[in-house]
Amino acid sequence: MSAAKNRAIDLIRLDATRTRNLARLRIEDELRPGDHQDHATQLDEDIGIAEIPDERLGLFFTCSHPTLKEEEQTALILRFLAGLSTVEVAAAFLTETTTMQQRIVRAKKRIAVTGIPFGRPGNEQVRERMPGVLRAVYLIFAQGFTPATGASRHRVDLQDEAVRLARLLVTLAPRDTEARGLLALLLLTRSRAEARTSAAGKPIPLAEQDRRVWDSRDIAEGLALTRAAAGEDGAGIYTVQAAIAALHAEASAFADTDWVQILVLYRMLYDLDPTPVVALNQAVVIGKVSDPEAGLAALEALAEDRWLLRHRPFHIARAITLEECGRPGEAEEAYRAALACPGNDAESEYLESQLNDLGS
Amino acid sequence: MKYALLLMGNAADADCGDDGGPDPSDFMAFDQEINEAGVVVGGFALEGPEHGVRVSETGGESIVTSGPFAESGEFVGGSYVIEVPSIDEAIAWAKKSPGSRLGHIEIRPVADY
Repeated sequence: MSAAKNRAIDLIRLDATRTRNLARLRIEDELRPGDHQDHATQLDEDIGIAEIPDERLGLFFTCSHPTLKEEEQTALILRFLAGLSTVEVAAAFLTETTTMQQRIVRAKKRIAVTGIPFGRPGNEQVRERMPGVLRAVYLIFAQGFTPATGASRHRVDLQDEAVRLARLLVTLAPRDTEARGLLALLLLTRSRAEARTSAAGKPIPLAEQDRRVWDSRDIAEGLALTRAAAGEDGAGIYTVQAAIAALHAEASAFADTDWVQILVLYRMLYDLDPTPVVALNQAVVIGKVSDPEAGLAALEALAEDRWLLRHRPFHIARAITLEECGRPGEAEEAYRAALACPGNDAESEYLESQLNDLGS
Repeated sequence: MKYALLLMGNAADADCGDDGGPDPSDFMAFDQEINEAGVVVGGFALEGPEHGVRVSETGGESIVTSGPFAESGEFVGGSYVIEVPSIDEAIAWAKKSPGSRLGHIEIRPVADY
């Protein structure tokens, strides 16, 4: 009887905590653009979580709970951990403010109705769920890096927000190797942001980038983080990708790239994460380590993958490799296949110009 | 929070029925474990969907039909209603249940009306 009574009291306490925590997510969703600074300050005062690392880390776990949809996770994290206004989150995702408002309201309702817990999970749960948290931050960065469709190729905003969030995670979970690996990967990737597009907004491939424009501060910090993380037992997909990015950062020219080492790392990455995108990159690197013919053979071996066939980078890789093999006719077909896949306007222009160059 | 763990089966599943699926003793062991944990506040086990009786009304007329119902594949085989602090504990119990290995378990928060 007394055990049951204690349990009842526990549940009532838990309910009170839940109500309090939900109130924390209450912040109005009708902020005007430009309210960002004020709002971030307000959020900190309101919640007071800045001083309580475990609670702040807990909020990461709440917002990236596996029962929330990916788009809900990224929106909640930007809204409640990065402190962006709903208007800003909407702009970052190229969606209407009202759509974003609805998404956030729905996500908050889901947290309440489903009973998604607040607070830092136990150590075992932290280990199990940290990949989901890191993935949500990575998705925010990726969204800033390549918007799926539409006009502008870059929104440095989301990349910066993702770096800030990754940095926050490193502070909150200093012993998590992959959190540091993720921060390193994001810094090393961001370091090339300026060099990746021309003044006209055209994407510039790695081989043709002006490496003097790469951000040396991001590179220095990214390299230091990578060196430390790569030797640890907890190194996983983000640390390995950071190590690949580090090898690019260390090469003073494209021709100096240590492709053999990069191929070793891609094989490690494929073991950890056997996805078509990793297989595609691995095939491209095989072409660099051996010769274009070997690269082409590796790419053709992937041509059965239906997802890759709808993926622009696959056709672009084939086109470039076919050109290198001296087969311009087939290269042209591959560029046309790339154009037929979904992508943003800057990429389409790039593809058109490649086609023009081939035709002349 | 109260959750219903709905143990779902599929009539089309070849393993479904008396001979296939997890051993009944697995279900008994799970039943004992979840009951001893003191989280169960309700639940039921159901006879197969072929013993179901449907009542519906069309144009003011009641229609009563008996199973099996060929058009519906999924069915509820049983349910536990549990009271736990959050969805995480409900998910943990669902993962433990032998029902998640053959069919699937749908977790539904119990509405608080």
